[in-house]
Amino acid sequence: MSLSRKCKPSTSARSVKAEVFSSSTSPAEMEAIARRLRRHIITMTGRAGSGHPGGSLSAVEILLALYFKVMRHKPQDPHWPERDRFILSKGHAAPALYATLAECGYLPLDELATLRQMDSCLQGHTDCTLTPGVEMSAGALGQGLSFAIGVALAGRLNAKDYRVHVLLGDGECDEGQVWEAAMSAAHFKVDNLVAIVDNNGQQIDGWNREVMNLDPFPAKWQAFGWQVIEVEGHSIPQLSQAFDKAKKIKGQPAVIIAHTVKGKGVSFMENNPHFHGTAPTAEEVKLALKELA
Amino acid sequence: MTQEFYLRQAYGETLVALGRENPDIVVLDADLSRSTRTILFAEKFPERFFNCGIAEQNMVSIAAGLASSGKIPFASTFAVFVPGRCFDQIRMSIAQPRLNVKLVVTHGGISVGEDGTSHQSIEDLALIGALPGFTVIVPADAIETVQAVRAVVAHPGPCYIRLCRPKVELVYDQSYRFKLGKAVTMRRGGDATIIAIGLMVKTALEAAESLKGKGIDCRVLNMSTLKPIDEAAIIQAAADTGAIVTAEEHLEHGGLGSAVARVVATHQPVPMGLVAIKDTYAKSGKAVELLERYGLTAKDIEQAVHAAIKRKRPK
Repeated sequence: MSLSRKCKPSTSARSVKAEVFSSSTSPAEMEAIARRLRRHIITMTGRAGSGHPGGSLSAVEILLALYFKVMRHKPQDPHWPERDRFILSKGHAAPALYATLAECGYLPLDELATLRQMDSCLQGHTDCTLTPGVEMSAGALGQGLSFAIGVALAGRLNAKDYRVHVLLGDGECDEGQVWEAAMSAAHFKVDNLVAIVDNNGQQIDGWNREVMNLDPFPAKWQAFGWQVIEVEGHSIPQLSQAFDKAKKIKGQPAVIIAHTVKGKGVSFMENNPHFHGTAPTAEEVKLALKELA
Repeated sequence: MTQEFYLRQAYGETLVALGRENPDIVVLDADLSRSTRTILFAEKFPERFFNCGIAEQNMVSIAAGLASSGKIPFASTFAVFVPGRCFDQIRMSIAQPRLNVKLVVTHGGISVGEDGTSHQSIEDLALIGALPGFTVIVPADAIETVQAVRAVVAHPGPCYIRLCRPKVELVYDQSYRFKLGKAVTMRRGGDATIIAIGLMVKTALEAAESLKGKGIDCRVLNMSTLKPIDEAAIIQAAADTGAIVTAEEHLEHGGLGSAVARVVATHQPVPMGLVAIKDTYAKSGKAVELLERYGLTAKDIEQAVHAAIKRKRPK
């Protein structure tokens, strides 16, 4: 039996010089990285011939804000005990996370080409035993918020000041466990936890409103005892401000509802549920990369 | 004089002792802390106890998060709600990453009694035993429970301990030392082997005593570590005695009998008998009445031993 190998640590210049990841990246640079992340997502899924580009593209700015502005982390030391945590609950957005981790230096960029292949350290859905920087094995929806509460409670018990960020899909919020977790996060008063919902409005079978209506969505979170912050989910400044605001909330958890567009950045993928779980063809990859040039 | 104790009381008291010794021990429950006896820990260490309410899936994944951050979480409720209700959470949050979560469940089997089908866990060992990397333990009495709970703290990785609801007569004294993954020979004998878990260990010993009067010497093994199962002890028993009977408070599908049969069929084929619940659900009743109705008495074991011996191949 051949086991998938673990990723080798990256040796890129960026990661070696970065002790704790700095937040000095300029807006122009952030825009350039966002475009690179989108190009990675298209190339990776196109090459793999399967995967979830739509919900990966909608999460790009959220990941970018966290990894390049908000979080304290060390790509060369993924298990650094003081690190801020990011937990991807919507595990199908793995390509977006892998691309972000590679751009930070957690893994070599050329590793991205192995997505979903035999023996790759980049599994179809996240596997925390194989990929440096991945905190949780996800893909079975609805579990990440609960897991994040455990990580946040451990931080409190250990008197650590790290913060825990967990990204959920809006469709994922159909899962009952999300609301069990929402209830308990407020009950346990975990204020070192921020949930972000990638609110792109669609799930595999179509628009949420038609498949399973979540409205009134912000009111649901409020009713469960959360502070709700709504932002335009493709605006890095708005996202950064929201994370700052969330940090100041004490005694209760905060959720950032990030209004996003599924397939963001590629005209024919935007708001197109076909690309939730279907990779672009070779022709579509070419077209998409042209748009993202 | 026989002494009977609640295994879950032993569990609760052991948690308190562990809590004193190790600040990383944390305990979670799902609104059944009085029954599972985790309340004993909650009273002593309220800041390390998390009552998750009636939300077992959330509890299990929170436990995983705690374990991923270096804590040693014990999560408890009735066996019927874990792993049945949380199978996917256990699979992806705990088993796949091999996290150090200890699931200790009470009220296992049909001896839960009057509460009936909804509360009688007869499939849990099949479910949890199917998960790669899980250690599964079913202690036979309160003394073994204390030691098993301590043993899983010293053994990093996912563990499941199943306890029953009623008091159980001691089969060990304080000199007993539980060894994870090792079957315990409770009685020597060469005519057949009875392999049992949980409260059926005591029943197996009664059956062996009765068979002795009929000239049949049975070896009795307590297979308290159901997974990883002690293959060597099973192969040895098959080779030495030529017939094996298993006894458990679980369906015959996927429990002790199935696990032993896999080893026997693969390594040392001998006639076997499975004393277990057949393909059915049990109903309300007193524990002792249910054990009788569903074929889990010493008499049932004896009959299975006779039948297995009859099918032995002549040497």
